[in-house]
Amino acid sequence: MIEAVAEKLEKNYLNEKQGLLSWLLSTDHKRIGILYTFSITCFFFLGGFFALLMRLELLSPRNWLVSAGTYNKLFTMHGIIMVWFFLIPSIPGTLGNFLIPMMVGAKDVAFPKLNLLSWYIFMLGGTVTVYALIRGGVDTGWTFYTPFSTSYSTTYVVAAAVGVFIAGFSTILTALNFVVTIHRMRAPGLTWFKLPVFIWSMYANSLVLILNTPVLAITLVMIAVERIAKVGIFDPALGGDPVLFQHMFWFYSHPAVYTMVLPGMAVISEIIPVFSRKPLFGYKAVAFSSVAIAVLGFLVWGHHMFVAGESVYSALTFSFFSYCVAVPSAIKVFNWTATMHKGSISWDTPMLYAIGFIGLFTIGGMTGLFLAALGLDVHVHDTYFVIAHFHYIMVGGTVMAFLGGVHYWWPKISGKMYPEGLARLSALIVFLGFNLTFFPQFVLGFLGMPRRYAAYPEEFQMLHVLSTAGATILGVGYVLPLCYLLWSWNHGRDAGPNPWRAPGLEWKSTSPPPTHNFEVTPVVTSKLPYDFEAMKEELELV
Amino acid sequence: MSDPVALELREHFATVEQQRGTADTGMWVFLMTELMMFGGLFVAYTVYRFNHPQAFAEGSASMDIMLGSVNSAILLTSSLTMGFAELSAKLGRQRLLGILLLVTILIGLAFLGIKFTEYVEHYQQHEAPGVWFNRSGPHAPAVQMFFVFYFIMTGLHAVHMIIGIFLILGLISRNMIGSLSAAYHTPVSIVGLYWHFVDIVWIFLYAIFYLPGLHK
Repeated sequence: MIEAVAEKLEKNYLNEKQGLLSWLLSTDHKRIGILYTFSITCFFFLGGFFALLMRLELLSPRNWLVSAGTYNKLFTMHGIIMVWFFLIPSIPGTLGNFLIPMMVGAKDVAFPKLNLLSWYIFMLGGTVTVYALIRGGVDTGWTFYTPFSTSYSTTYVVAAAVGVFIAGFSTILTALNFVVTIHRMRAPGLTWFKLPVFIWSMYANSLVLILNTPVLAITLVMIAVERIAKVGIFDPALGGDPVLFQHMFWFYSHPAVYTMVLPGMAVISEIIPVFSRKPLFGYKAVAFSSVAIAVLGFLVWGHHMFVAGESVYSALTFSFFSYCVAVPSAIKVFNWTATMHKGSISWDTPMLYAIGFIGLFTIGGMTGLFLAALGLDVHVHDTYFVIAHFHYIMVGGTVMAFLGGVHYWWPKISGKMYPEGLARLSALIVFLGFNLTFFPQFVLGFLGMPRRYAAYPEEFQMLHVLSTAGATILGVGYVLPLCYLLWSWNHGRDAGPNPWRAPGLEWKSTSPPPTHNFEVTPVVTSKLPYDFEAMKEELELV
Repeated sequence: MSDPVALELREHFATVEQQRGTADTGMWVFLMTELMMFGGLFVAYTVYRFNHPQAFAEGSASMDIMLGSVNSAILLTSSLTMGFAELSAKLGRQRLLGILLLVTILIGLAFLGIKFTEYVEHYQQHEAPGVWFNRSGPHAPAVQMFFVFYFIMTGLHAVHMIIGIFLILGLISRNMIGSLSAAYHTPVSIVGLYWHFVDIVWIFLYAIFYLPGLHK
């Protein structure tokens, strides 16, 4: 009893300082991670709200809820908010910030003040984007394609571009912080091949963000200059080339797609071994496959332009490299399943999400190959097939991994357990709702329903209604975790330092961890990462 | 006063060496991202120069090669003084360090002054893009494109120069309050890295904007 009270009084990063300012001025990576969690949750539900409106509009073949112009703004703002203010910062900003220093056994990231600055830059970018939204929104699609965005659209393109531009710097600074932290802040004895695969994936992910985000930034600058000064950078009438914009945009955005899913893979690679009680199968292969995805990711952008006027030879090359990306992705999937093989699997919530991720990511990845095929792409280009494909990766992949990761590390972050039964139920709801929402869209696209239309022929209605029904279920699946996780923050039972009996360094600290993460800087002596044998001995000693 | 090295060490690092190495790596990684930012512009410039070779030569012919060359020499000299500043920081020659940093700033300002004169000249000759641009001839739109890139790229470069000048001002003030020494000069070397990078970018800008017109 006395011990329990003493434990309660123990200082940790949550109770050491109190008050709003102690959060807003904190340079503690764990608190900044929570600031990000707060922000991206708001943006997620804002973007989700737009999606819901779109799905409601699509219940009927005719415009019944919003005008075609408003619909254009809805899908644009949905895309902008979800891509730049949720997906890209989601796992790095929250779990990455919280976990990377802990996993490498450091007291903080390399540049703590810069870390706080990136959150403020992120919020500034978000504010500018929301301003563009309130003033009337943007209707160019999240891709800002020229010459529509530069010469014809009458909406707030510049404001939205400035918002994304600013947010880009936050992404770059966070990525820079992670790369330097992983290089320079590792605990004694923690060599590269003893790092958790989470770190490897986040490292590859950060490198991509450092190299591609500035290209987006400068492309957006050109768009803004063209719109404001009325000079023709991408306007064919003035000697410009609109396809060049697409090249520059996708040079950023295709790698950016991988930066949305690599952190998801990072999370899954941590969850699977712990809930299978086996070391990750093929550690080096999984680690290097992240690097391979990062490198190949820079060589595939042209597959977005198969029908936009590209030479046959470059189309062939881009198609070839797009197929190549399947290799490291498959390596990951096979190694995760091989890890589970003959493992002692427990069906806790994080594992449910992880298994869901593997299945949905595989479907998303395989349908990506359809789109990489030069012939087939012509048929399904710009249809719901594409929409379904990338939502399987981003929602079925990244969001599932994010939720899985939040559940897995929740005991570490909050020190509390969430209600397991309810959590399993909502994982199931998310899985069912997701498939009901997006599987019909594969069919729709294959039948020829183009994306970005508010009205459609009547024969598509059945599939659209199914999809909307799924979206409402999915919505419930997202609101539930928000409710019970917040509830458990105060009312959950205490988790203890290591409720999953996991081997990672972050579990060696108390829950929630003290401000500087570890009482004593850990020294890593085990020969391998995911050392469950050593874990067993340790637990027996206790 | 207590040990300067102990004062320098932030609490989340184990050793001073680790902290210095971290700052160094941080700047290198930052320069990677800068390189890609300028890289995007260089790619766009290259594509359009291939599409409109004559117009770009024509645009380049209206550059003042004299001012451009003098400016390049000036900027390279600032890299030299910055290099000497780094050296004197390592040797603990604080007074010399202050002077050299000040000289670097002055040379940087001279560069920006000449650059500004060039901008004014282009404006007066109706070569500034947008509503100010006025030129006839078959290549006029593409010549404007040349000037669009000229202003964006040299403008972005100038912004980097201005940031660099403020960074050096920061170094000077840190040197004046005595927080730099032979034992601790990391800020000088990382600002130096940045300054040299900005100079190198200029060498390429000089080549792509001033030299194509010479073939005409």
